[in-house]
Amino acid sequence: MESEHITIRTYSLVWLWLIALTAIEVFLGYIHVPLAMMLVSVIGLSIIKAVLIMAYFMHLKFERLSLILTIVPAMVVCILLFLAFFPDGFRAFSLKTFR
Amino acid sequence: MNQTLTTNWSGGVSPFGIGHRKLGMWLFILSDSLTFGALLMCYGYVRVASEAWAKPFTFSPSIIFSTVMTFCLLTSSLTMVMAVAASAKGDRPKMVKWIAATMIAGLAFVVLHLIEWNHLIAEGLRPFSVPAEWGENASPMFGATFFAITGLHMLHVLSGVIYLGVTAARKKATHEDVEISGLYWHFVDLVWMFVFPLIYLLSIKY
Repeated sequence: MESEHITIRTYSLVWLWLIALTAIEVFLGYIHVPLAMMLVSVIGLSIIKAVLIMAYFMHLKFERLSLILTIVPAMVVCILLFLAFFPDGFRAFSLKTFR
Repeated sequence: MNQTLTTNWSGGVSPFGIGHRKLGMWLFILSDSLTFGALLMCYGYVRVASEAWAKPFTFSPSIIFSTVMTFCLLTSSLTMVMAVAASAKGDRPKMVKWIAATMIAGLAFVVLHLIEWNHLIAEGLRPFSVPAEWGENASPMFGATFFAITGLHMLHVLSGVIYLGVTAARKKATHEDVEISGLYWHFVDLVWMFVFPLIYLLSIKY
């Protein structure tokens, strides 16, 4: 921990990136991207934001590898868990005829 | 690796290189993200299984309003790392000031969120029914998923504000304590990074 101190400048840069990525997400909403495309892009951007927060703000990048290997796979599984039904969202588009 | 293990099968010395309380917070964060993951999974299921899903949020003012809320939370994360940096230098007064700034931004988020809830409830949104103007066959489950997910998140923000207040007020709080409360705070921010696009940005009314 002592060896790798993040400076205030790095924190501010990460914050600016988070704001910028949020702005892109909101902009995509503003220009009315089709729902499927919107879903893929916001999830992609949000995963980048989550990685930035965990790596820099939560300091995980500078922890011992054993901790990183404990936390990161669990987080990946968790994200996959809530994405479980999203592919069905695309299938549902072609199923609208049954009602 | 050498400092980690003394001899084979000895069980190691602090294998994660962090204190037990910090490790405890990390494990709590893992279990809590599973809670939110399960809620978001239910949201995905209910939305896909419904005939139609309400898209009630107009870009202006609803989405702009929730973007401001997101900005509050992101900024509170920045002030929180400032607090941790100040406490690393042993500068307690500065740390308390930055934590106070974090708490104010967190409270601003909660107040804005409650104003938004109030608007939606006034429009007629209930946990198990949506206003008739939102579409004839719009799923009534919109309210259930909305209130459950954003409500649980709001509860986390509120408990985070109290937790930060206690940490700042405790004279005995060590640098590690400030770091741990910071971990919790960033996690609350991180959850919102998924709730905001999934609940709001995918339900914009055009």
